[in-house]
Amino acid sequence: MIDMDFSAIIFYIFAVIILATATFVVLSRNIVRAAFALLFTLMGVAAFYALLMADFLAVTQLLVYVGGILVLLLFGVMLTNRQVSVDIRSGTMQTLPAVFIVSALAGTLGGIIWSTEWPAVAELAEGSATAPVIGRMFLSSYLLPFEIASVILLVALIGAALIARRERTS
Amino acid sequence: MTDMMSWLAEPGLTHYLLVSALLFALGLYAVLTRRNAIMILMGIELVLNAGSLNFVAFSRYSAGTIDGQIVSVFIIILAAAEAAIALAIVLNIYQNFDTVNVDEINRLKD
Repeated sequence: MIDMDFSAIIFYIFAVIILATATFVVLSRNIVRAAFALLFTLMGVAAFYALLMADFLAVTQLLVYVGGILVLLLFGVMLTNRQVSVDIRSGTMQTLPAVFIVSALAGTLGGIIWSTEWPAVAELAEGSATAPVIGRMFLSSYLLPFEIASVILLVALIGAALIARRERTS
Repeated sequence: MTDMMSWLAEPGLTHYLLVSALLFALGLYAVLTRRNAIMILMGIELVLNAGSLNFVAFSRYSAGTIDGQIVSVFIIILAAAEAAIALAIVLNIYQNFDTVNVDEINRLKD
């Protein structure tokens, strides 16, 4: 038996959770079950962020993806399917070409990642909080993208409200 | 064989990139095969997460900067905006067509 680091065991647990639930999302025919499987995929990615010393990003992932986007997707599922007929299923199409394309892509990416000699790196300082650093960078070197992102969020908010609103019969 | 075992025992940049590549491929498969527009959105979320994971992994295993994490925050911001707009469009399509299957939505105008 090889001796494995504790973080290595955690890495493999969450890698299995991410890939298994993502496969379920892709293959499940029931949309609601796919949405709930997506919950665990997103949580697994948040755990990966925590493993990669990105504590602020891990919390942001939980708040925005799990708390926001997933709930939004579930609203979409509930509002666009007739519950009366209990038919929350969705079909697939072009399965065979898609399998071919996707496996070719995954093989190419995996081969490239496998064969590349990634430079060895110095260890990052352990346990340093990233939130203050990220905040300082947002208000100094990334100020313009930060402001643009806030304007984009405002525009998206107004646009979504405008598009989703029922048209009044005048 | 022992090389392989020791490689498996120490997760590094390659491991995260491989998980991310598989996640990307799964998301792309959902985008390509699904008929329901909301399932396609879920596939897009998987693809965005894979890209974001790549940025964070490179940021962790590079020379002490966290610029990659900043890019990841922007990806999350754009994903939130994209999900809101796309779901509004899907709801509108549902009101007009009574379906959200993308292969049945083939008219621009009644």
